[in-house]
Amino acid sequence: MERRTLFGGRLLPAVLVAPQLAITVLFFLLPAWRAFSESVQATDAFGLNTTFVGLANFRTLLGSPVYQAALLRTVIFCAAVTVLSMAGGLVLACFANRGIRGQSVYRVLLIWPYAIAPALASVIFVFLLQPQIGLLSNVLARLGIDFNYATNGTDAFGLIVLIAAWKQVSYNFIFYLAGLQSVPASVIEAATLDGARGFYRFRTMIWPLLAPTTFFLLVINTVYAAFDAFALIFALTGGGPGSSTTTLVVKVYRDGVINLDLGGSAAQSVILMALIMVLTTIQFRYTGKRAT
Amino acid sequence: MKRRTLIASAPATALVAATARAAAPTRVVLWHAMGGALGDKLQSIVDAFNKSQPDFAVDAVYKGSYPQVLTATIAAWRAGKAPSIAQVFDVGTADMLGAGRAVVDVYKLAEMTGVAIEPSTYIPAVRGYYSLNDGKMGAAPFNSSTALMWINEDAFEKAGLDPKAPLATWDDVIKAARAIKAKGAAEIPVMTSWPTWVHFEQFAAIHNVEYATLNDGFGGPNPKLRLDSHPFVRNLDTLLTMQKDGLFHYEGRDGKPSPIFYSGKAAITFDSSSIYGQLVKSAKFRFANAYLPYHQSIIKSPTNSIIGGAAFWAMTAPGRDKAEYEAVARFFKFISEPQNDAGWAEATGYVPVTLAGNDYIAKQGFYAKQPGGDLAVKQLTRTEPTKYSRGIRLGGMPEVRVIIEEEWESAIQSGTPAHKALARAQQRSQAVVDRFARALHG
Repeated sequence: MERRTLFGGRLLPAVLVAPQLAITVLFFLLPAWRAFSESVQATDAFGLNTTFVGLANFRTLLGSPVYQAALLRTVIFCAAVTVLSMAGGLVLACFANRGIRGQSVYRVLLIWPYAIAPALASVIFVFLLQPQIGLLSNVLARLGIDFNYATNGTDAFGLIVLIAAWKQVSYNFIFYLAGLQSVPASVIEAATLDGARGFYRFRTMIWPLLAPTTFFLLVINTVYAAFDAFALIFALTGGGPGSSTTTLVVKVYRDGVINLDLGGSAAQSVILMALIMVLTTIQFRYTGKRAT
Repeated sequence: MKRRTLIASAPATALVAATARAAAPTRVVLWHAMGGALGDKLQSIVDAFNKSQPDFAVDAVYKGSYPQVLTATIAAWRAGKAPSIAQVFDVGTADMLGAGRAVVDVYKLAEMTGVAIEPSTYIPAVRGYYSLNDGKMGAAPFNSSTALMWINEDAFEKAGLDPKAPLATWDDVIKAARAIKAKGAAEIPVMTSWPTWVHFEQFAAIHNVEYATLNDGFGGPNPKLRLDSHPFVRNLDTLLTMQKDGLFHYEGRDGKPSPIFYSGKAAITFDSSSIYGQLVKSAKFRFANAYLPYHQSIIKSPTNSIIGGAAFWAMTAPGRDKAEYEAVARFFKFISEPQNDAGWAEATGYVPVTLAGNDYIAKQGFYAKQPGGDLAVKQLTRTEPTKYSRGIRLGGMPEVRVIIEEEWESAIQSGTPAHKALARAQQRSQAVVDRFARALHG
């Protein structure tokens, strides 16, 4: 009853919701629809000839060894980045959560990398590790280590994992720090009195209490690695050498924007959209359960 | 009577001309990919054009790299807002010729506007690259270069080699590379920029080797690539073997490796003829250029090389009127005039695209001042273009280049033999070419 009097009629709610709906339609639904319609067509770059080809684009994709390799590569990349960045964030959070002097300075410094634009993060590493001019690569060369991400696929892949993880550590750090601070001090004290200490205390008390944070971060980091790492991969290697750093998003961009294969690129976008939907559903399902 | 009318009408004519001059010129937009010093030079040519006559004006806009210009142009055309002129790189040629009503071919532009643009003005190797199969021109050639071999003379002397002795064949190059490696005269004996442009496209042209059926794609819509044929395998095998022996270093794609040679770390590189200016500016060693080497087992006397670079294309848009197309045609004509063509080439290191431009440069004594400055033109014109040294007309060429680079890189990493790497490259690239043909012809 009261709500009705607050939002009398249908007009006001509609007006209030409209901007958000407009944004959703304009920036999400329309592009998604375009991706869908393009994905079942074959068209030249200028859009002069468009033919309906049904699921042919998807068949070509799924049957292509190059695409399968990119899919597997993306899974490995996501797993590596997620594990590394979450572990890094957790360790740093545990240390920063202790009573040490200058705590706030450490915390601010640890958050910094998150504020760096992805492409710029790559540029920083170019200065460090570029085979000819990099500061670190000269040192490595003197030590007899031939690190060359421009020609060696393993080096390149390792490097983008490292950069992507490094950039995301800050984000995980913030969440883990918040998580650790919300662990009641009384619980820890009680456990300490009972003789639980060090890693044992962490494993049996803190880690389970951090589980919701961990799960949330797991999904966020996977999505980050799968999608947002595009800029830094593109700026550093462009997907090479070979195709050793071509993840799914890099391939979507290259096939669509550079190779002008709109149908194939749209089909890849649709597959990515489906994957994201699955991930989000899982996240909602589980976090929902924990809340109740 | 007649005289009187003439006199009477004279002031009127003058008045009309004066109003036309006072009226704003017809403005057209040009999108290009010439950054830095190249962009400044292009701007000065555009300014000169705008000053040369009162009726037309070109606004040049830098739109980023070549692929970015192409993508932006296509997106703009689909939105009905294409620029009047777009600069499109060499490998985008087939895509543009296949663009139907999005593009006005230069010969049609000439018919439409009455501004004569003569194909015979252009150097045959340049003309052929941008022509249809029947010799009519599709685009207005602008910045063109070709690939050459570049030599670090200091490194050669250090290795006890005579830098003036010609390295005509790959056997000569390998012999020199061995000496350089043995003496440690340079960190890198042989390297390359533009791996696919030099070692596949230029290679095919100078060896008169078929790159794809149907006259390298000029003759029909669905050519078959020949990347797995013997000459390509032989050439890649040479390079892979040299890599294994430490004689050749693959240093990356496109023009990215070039700075390594500028820094003096390499003794021999293959690169565009247009790096001359950069070398003069930054090389702390004596350098020279030479023709691309050839395999004697494939050809006894090499044919002409092909060009790279970019050309200007006239784009359509809804409601674009005849005056705008005339502006485009006049601008194309302007840049092909000998002194403008020569000015661009001298300032940038690109080759002149017209025969008269080349003569103009020679007459000015420019080549005498820059030894080897005319080598690129000589290599481009040393024979009449054959059906395999005219250019390569394949849709999806940018992607084909990347595929070859990928397979080459994985062959280096995993030790796959050349014939296997090229069989894979052939299969993957053919799929790209087929897709282009399908999209274009349904």
